[in-house]
Amino acid sequence: MKQKNLELAVGLFVALGLAAFFMLAIKVSDLSSLGNDEGYRVTAHFENIGGLKARAPVTLGGVRVGRVVGIGLDPQSYEAVVTMSIDPKYDRLPTDSSASILTSGLLGEQYVGLEPGGMDSYLKEGGTLKLTQSALVLEKLIGRVFTNMASGESAPPKTP
Amino acid sequence: MLAISARSDFAPPHDDPLVTMRRLSFSRGEHRIFRELDLTIPRGKVTAIMGPSGTGKTTLLRLIGGQIRPDAGRIEVDGICVHELGRKELYQLRKRMGVLFQSGALFTDLSVFDNVAFPLREHTRLPESLIRTLVLMKLEAVGLRGAHALMPSQLSGGMARRVALARAIALDPTMILYDEPFAGQDPISMGVLVKLIRTLNDALDLTSIIVSHDVKETAAIADYLYLISDGQVVEHGTPQDLSHSASPWVDQFMHALPDGPMSFHYPAPPYETDLLTGTPS
Amino acid sequence: MMASLAELGRFALDRLARLGRANLFLLQLLRALSFLFRRPGLLVKQLHAVGVLSLPIILVSGLFVGMVLGLQGYANLVDFGATSSLGTVVALSLIRELGPVLTALLYAGRAGSALTAEIGLMRATEQLASMQMMAVDPFPRVLAPRFLAGCIAVPLLTGIFTAVGILGGYLVAVVQLGVDGGSFWAQMQAKVQLLADVGNGVLIKSTVFGLVANWIALFEGYQAQPTSEGVSLATTRTVVDTSLAVLGLDFLLTALMFGEW
Ligand SMILES: Nc1ncnc2c1ncn2[C@@H]1O[C@H](COP(=O)(O)OP(=O)(O)OP(=O)(O)O)[C@@H](O)[C@H]1O
Ligand SMILES: [Mg+2]
Repeated sequence: MKQKNLELAVGLFVALGLAAFFMLAIKVSDLSSLGNDEGYRVTAHFENIGGLKARAPVTLGGVRVGRVVGIGLDPQSYEAVVTMSIDPKYDRLPTDSSASILTSGLLGEQYVGLEPGGMDSYLKEGGTLKLTQSALVLEKLIGRVFTNMASGESAPPKTP
Repeated sequence: MLAISARSDFAPPHDDPLVTMRRLSFSRGEHRIFRELDLTIPRGKVTAIMGPSGTGKTTLLRLIGGQIRPDAGRIEVDGICVHELGRKELYQLRKRMGVLFQSGALFTDLSVFDNVAFPLREHTRLPESLIRTLVLMKLEAVGLRGAHALMPSQLSGGMARRVALARAIALDPTMILYDEPFAGQDPISMGVLVKLIRTLNDALDLTSIIVSHDVKETAAIADYLYLISDGQVVEHGTPQDLSHSASPWVDQFMHALPDGPMSFHYPAPPYETDLLTGTPS
Repeated sequence: MMASLAELGRFALDRLARLGRANLFLLQLLRALSFLFRRPGLLVKQLHAVGVLSLPIILVSGLFVGMVLGLQGYANLVDFGATSSLGTVVALSLIRELGPVLTALLYAGRAGSALTAEIGLMRATEQLASMQMMAVDPFPRVLAPRFLAGCIAVPLLTGIFTAVGILGGYLVAVVQLGVDGGSFWAQMQAKVQLLADVGNGVLIKSTVFGLVANWIALFEGYQAQPTSEGVSLATTRTVVDTSLAVLGLDFLLTALMFGEW
């Protein structure tokens, strides 16, 4: 009887521990980060990816459709090459869709946002997104605002 | 035989000894506990080893059990040299030895019943019902069958010693070493124990070694006595021989005289020097 | 001068010999483990002693640590409007560092010290000696089950500590402070990696810590002078040595695992 209780308590303890690990795996971390996901790969070239990191989400209309799996540099064009893995559920993305690097909030993390195109052919494994828009780099943005302001000051007198 | 034993005229008291020690020396640091000790334990008898506290009686039992190794000399148990055995063979030999520790040494996390069942469960594959029978039998023998459900912390010192005895005989060993079996026993259980040791020895054809300083009880059951002091055997013989001995050592010990050749003190420099120097050395 | 140098040398040699003994001890422990296949019942009893009985302190501490992390994280993130990252902050600090380290420290205090005292007292009261005289080797019978049970219990306790801590953070952040629950979990999931974080942090670290904590506890108990003073000294040393070893190893492991960040 006493031995039974002991075994029961130990069994509960082990179950609790395993449940904790289960929670850490399912609820806390992203199980799909386990490499062998079934998504199809799509690449896109960007002039500048800013602070984009591997594992950043890929969204379409705010819905997560995949994630960034690799970041590299094209040695010829000196462009950044971003490889994304797209959930096979979303297999009807037009080939002329565009990708841009966006920031969630002012200081939030960066992610890839897709805009669907209008073609009838769809992206497949190994496909490429041609239309891309680089990350907004704050320093460049500020620089552009200043030049605009400078040209704006001198401009009005010219136009009647 | 009764002359103060010098090694030259040492003769084994029986032809077929179970334990023999030859020129055994052992020291703890600076303190030499045995100096070329010779001792023979006859088979099938109750042999008592007596001597003042701190002479190394417990140490002697440990040497026989192979827990410690001698610095020099030889200990043989049943023809096997104990201190030359590997661990496996030593354990094999120990299965035939029961030891009653001076402190009892019961497992405090096990009940009385489980303590006695411990060697049976470890070394046999007996069914639980048979183990129960055996354990209750051994506990009955020491008069503690009613206490089988108690934990060791609920026992008195004397009861704990008796449970330890039941545990020591659980595997029906061929040899039992008793370290102070009578200490802390009331007169009744002392009498029971004395009878029990004798009965066990004769009924199971055991060899018993008793270490004790309870002269009267020990002399009553022992077939043969050894008196050790100062690292050597001072005297040996049957109880009758010793009680009529002319030797002052034996006389002092057997009749519990406070003064005599046997020292009550742990080896120390002269008292006056210690007092005068002011710092204990 | 010469004397103190000699003293130092003796101390160093002493330590070295102790380390050697500890390693031999570990070897003997590992060799004795196979015995447990024959006697799994011994393991259950010890799992109860070191695992189940450590649960209350682990649950309560985990909850409070998680709640404090939630509060502190919120106070710092709210200025940047980044409270949606609170889940990430809580989860990553627990998974990578606080879970394994605090669990190991709590374990040393709750179970390690008890193991040392138990083994030390078993030696002091001649229980181990009497076991040996009954031809039962205490390594497989007494030490190995405690060792294995401890090595199983620490990772499980770490998992529980971490999970409860994250729930504590959730309670404070979402239930009390009104952070959006969806983004709490979503941000966490986006940033916490199963292998790199949970695997390295919770699983590997806690396994190493568990091994070390139990090794130290049993060795100290086995080495203790068989007196009440010796046992109390050994118990103290278990807690101190385990804490130092865990913190030092944590630095080492962190540098190895998360060094690139
Ligand atoms: N572990 C040890 N380390 C150092 N000295 C020891 C140790 N154990 C025993 N001694 C010494 O060995 C001597 C013999 O001890 P032992 O326990 O054998 O005596 P004993 O004859 O059994 O005494 P008692 O009748 O009081 O039980 C003692 O003087 C003791 O100081
Ligand atoms: Mg003694």
